[in-house]
Amino acid sequence: MPAALSVTGLDKTYGSVRALVGVDLEVGEGELVGLLGPNGAGKSTLVKIACGLVTPTSGGAEVCGEKAGSQAAHRALGYLAELFRFPDWCTGHELLELHQRLAGSEGGAAERAELLELVALTDAGGRPIGTMSKGMQQRLGIAQALIGSPRLLLLDEPTSALDPSGRRTVRALLEELRGRGVAVLLNSHLLSEVELVCDRVAIIDHGAVVAAGTPAELSHAGGVEVETAAGTRVFEAARRDDAPRIVRELVEAGEEVYGVRVLTSSLEDAYLEAVGGR
Amino acid sequence: MTAIRVIALFTLRESLRRRVFTVVAILTVVFLALYGLGIWRLYAELDRNQLDGTGVKIEIVAGATVLGLAMFATLFLGTVLAVFLTLGAVRGDAERGLLQPLLVRPVSRRDLLLGRYVAAAGVCALYVAGVFLAAAILTWALGGWWPDHMLGPTLGLMLGVAILAALSLAGSVFLSATANGIAVFMVFGAGLVAGLLGQIGEALAAGTLQDVSTGASWLLPFEGLYQAGLSGLTADTIGFTRFAIDLGPFGGAQSAGPGLWVWAIVYLGLVGAWALRGFARRDL
Repeated sequence: MPAALSVTGLDKTYGSVRALVGVDLEVGEGELVGLLGPNGAGKSTLVKIACGLVTPTSGGAEVCGEKAGSQAAHRALGYLAELFRFPDWCTGHELLELHQRLAGSEGGAAERAELLELVALTDAGGRPIGTMSKGMQQRLGIAQALIGSPRLLLLDEPTSALDPSGRRTVRALLEELRGRGVAVLLNSHLLSEVELVCDRVAIIDHGAVVAAGTPAELSHAGGVEVETAAGTRVFEAARRDDAPRIVRELVEAGEEVYGVRVLTSSLEDAYLEAVGGR
Repeated sequence: MTAIRVIALFTLRESLRRRVFTVVAILTVVFLALYGLGIWRLYAELDRNQLDGTGVKIEIVAGATVLGLAMFATLFLGTVLAVFLTLGAVRGDAERGLLQPLLVRPVSRRDLLLGRYVAAAGVCALYVAGVFLAAAILTWALGGWWPDHMLGPTLGLMLGVAILAALSLAGSVFLSATANGIAVFMVFGAGLVAGLLGQIGEALAAGTLQDVSTGASWLLPFEGLYQAGLSGLTADTIGFTRFAIDLGPFGGAQSAGPGLWVWAIVYLGLVGAWALRGFARRDL
């Protein structure tokens, strides 16, 4: 079975600006991949190429084995843009109905009700979108992206306008989607959120992937810090398992040990290291 | 075809919900009421004996002149409607983030553009046909004059406004909404000025002015269709009455012949192809 999203040697140039430089990325079936990077790193461009909204300068992207931008690829994906907007005059139900018609979904009222319930908007489906808060619109946008049961979901900053409760709802939703076998590419600045839900993470900077792996792989051990009478000493290459040996050797050498701390770098540390502190 | 229909119906529903049609209907009723009042007073105060012995039928001259004016006003109102229904359809909606969610569905850019066009051009064409017919009926009911030809001028108005809607939609691919609106109105104005120059050239037998007007009619066929429609209103009128009409503000219009109709349809296709090509290449 082809990958949900396969990006190979992707380049995109806007005038003299190289937005993407030879990006390779794969999102497997049912995999939840986080895309991190500073503003202007090329994350949204990558997502838009996968959606067929932007044409790559070279390289290619495939969605479920179909060329990105083709009708077949569009049938397999759902998308929520970072700077999305829906017609403020129509209701949530009407918006979902429009997307059902365009997607050729036969889910009808049952699908709309299920999706509104998934994003905790059951009681607000009949309200005009213009009267909804930004957070409600963002959740409605996620429901819209799920119309037609897509195999790949591309979410560009889907929780930027959500309160903590809304973020938790979306996290639970993402985990449920993973359980259903839906692949997700999550573009987010919220590192803690990515760390919590994503199977893998790719960090992009200046249009290129500068680090990739599982959150655990990226959040590697950062050494052991020992507080002695002579001051604090840091063993940078040491890991948690090395702590007893280090303490024993220091005591045997006549040092007085007052405290030991295993240092671990968070995903945030790994991210900052990968993008040069930006 | 389904996607075109869905997009067209959604566009129409938006116009209904935003009360675009309500505003247009109210203002059109006001326009027709003023037109009717003008016709009523014009014929009430017309001195039918003032041109006795000249062979000029003053009621025909009056009817042809005011209906010519109504035709101009109808085309202008139809253009306003066409421009405001389409001026931000592509770039404007893309900048606001409204377009992208639709294009990520299995909907081609061609279908989206055609859906928008069918809605806008359909509404505008029916609108100008309705307003022009209402103006003609008012002229007949209050002044007793009916144009020599009605179908040709009405179809010309409908096709003319459909061309303006296509130009505005195509412009929305390349220009921001404000710039596009300004551009289309300037093109519309340039066409009308060229047409007036042609009428002045006809009255004064100035060949260069007529050549400029003819060129403009082919370059901007909505103007050629309008001129042909004006000409059609009194196409069968002859003698001194014909001469008197020709001296009036809408009298010098000439029909460019059936070739103009063929060219107008080809032109519509070319504008459509230009818009589709630009839209297909645009990063959103």
